[in-house]
Amino acid sequence: MLWNMLRRFTLLLASLIASSALVFLLLRLLPGDLAQAKLGIYGTPEALAQLREEYGLDKSLAAQYLSWLSGAIRGDLGLSVLTGADITQELLAKATVTLPLIVIASLIAILIAIPLGMFAALRFRRWDGIATSTVSQLGIAVPTFWVGVILITVFAVQNQVFPSGGFPYDGWSDFPNAVRSLVLPATTLALAQGAVLTRFARSATIDVIQQDYFRTARATGLSRARALRIHGMRNAMVPVVSVLGMQISTLIVGAIIVESVFALPGVGQMLLQDVNVRDYTKVQGTVTATTALVFVVSFLVDSILGVIDPRARRR
Amino acid sequence: MMWNRNLLIGASLVGFNVLVAMLSLVWTPYDPLEIEPALSLTRPSTAHLLGTDENGRDILSNLIVGSRATLITGVMAVVICMVVGVTVGIATSVSPRWIESPAIFGIDIVLALPTVLFAIVLAAVYGPSTITAIFAIGIALSASVAQVTRREVNVVLTSDYVTAARASGSSTRRVIRRHILPNIRASLFVQASGACAVAILAESTLSYLGLGTTPPAPSWGRMMASLQQFLLIDPIFPLWPGLAIVITVLGFNLLGDGLREVLDPTLRESKH
Repeated sequence: MLWNMLRRFTLLLASLIASSALVFLLLRLLPGDLAQAKLGIYGTPEALAQLREEYGLDKSLAAQYLSWLSGAIRGDLGLSVLTGADITQELLAKATVTLPLIVIASLIAILIAIPLGMFAALRFRRWDGIATSTVSQLGIAVPTFWVGVILITVFAVQNQVFPSGGFPYDGWSDFPNAVRSLVLPATTLALAQGAVLTRFARSATIDVIQQDYFRTARATGLSRARALRIHGMRNAMVPVVSVLGMQISTLIVGAIIVESVFALPGVGQMLLQDVNVRDYTKVQGTVTATTALVFVVSFLVDSILGVIDPRARRR
Repeated sequence: MMWNRNLLIGASLVGFNVLVAMLSLVWTPYDPLEIEPALSLTRPSTAHLLGTDENGRDILSNLIVGSRATLITGVMAVVICMVVGVTVGIATSVSPRWIESPAIFGIDIVLALPTVLFAIVLAAVYGPSTITAIFAIGIALSASVAQVTRREVNVVLTSDYVTAARASGSSTRRVIRRHILPNIRASLFVQASGACAVAILAESTLSYLGLGTTPPAPSWGRMMASLQQFLLIDPIFPLWPGLAIVITVLGFNLLGDGLREVLDPTLRESKH
């Protein structure tokens, strides 16, 4: 068990280093460099040289990466090339919108998907089970931004229940409005994720129902639902939890889309703006921090899997 | 076997799309790029079945032409991910352990990288374009193709007939051609169809975010983004491009599911 955790942790560290190096290299493949990008046509050779020295661009690639990495480990992602603002600070400020959005959306998705998937599995030959599974199949094909636009149409334009977008200027100190402005975005994200999750919950439950131990449980007189609750739940949860771990990366991408639909000032919106104005150091900081989050979450999910499924520990 | 419901619906939807894309090469109701300011944002009518956009361009014609870009993106991304994924998958499975272990590790990393995020980084470097989007999506998807291929190949490699072939002196290349490829072919078709759906959804997302297909080429994702602004005038405008994306993606998903059910007999009875 301990050995296994240690192995996973080493793997986590290695993936963090490899992915940050990949993002670093991709952004350094640019024609020209940051100094040229910043100074543009005003770039006299002297000014360029001075700026390169300031940003450490005159050192070798490896040295640049190492100095960036040592900063990143201490939580310092450097400064924006364009505005000179502290990237870590900006990222943390934007995360106060994005992280709640992701957490609320995952909770809604789990609450919808797991009961729905089990229901579809228990009744997989009946019309209502088939209907549930068809709706989830349709849900996978629907682009997230379209769901968002439909929700805006129904709940913000035709019935003005929730705001169509934006976030209160005061942020979370205006708590009621902050929550209100996250309802539609979180629901949008949850529906997209929930559809995928429902299908996994359904097929995992069907697998359990067809096991011998489930038939034995039924033979002792338990109803299907009760047998599933007592004997099947923990087994059915294993694939569902592992999918949840993989979903974190689609959740983050979904958050970028949803923030764009609802004009939410979160990490995704910031990233898109930085890409448009070519603020490379900020793009690098944001993407690396986001991928790091993905890796850490999947590490945690793997560890949780070891707890609910004793077989996974030995793998 | 021919009457599998998913396969039938999926194949019809995909077939319909291909027909529309082919039709767009020779005929569209109107010139999709023709600007007619007097007809700005009209509702569906007999002249313009789905109405017109803010520049008075016929929405139906734009959707029809957009299907071409969508299909091309899907197919090209699938070609990239299948070629890269299957090659890497087979090569690592038959390699010695000191090559295999780091390769699995690399696949795991690419697998964990969020596809669209990766495409956004590439768009930041090379500027937004269809080619960048296709390349990013293709490479990102190739990791999951490689993973599935490896799983399938490893099953074949431990089978008795491969051991027998090896014992009778077959080279690795011959084993791959004669035994591995024919045995994993069915799974590859299923993979390709599923990957196509993911690629089309990813491309429409990138275009919606302004990081994919650039104007003036019509693209469903970008049509969605621009028509969304006129939601207050009439919510019917952004409905059309979204519907087109849903139909196409659903088609490829059902086709993949149907193929899997038909090609894998154990699934036919129980799960569907």
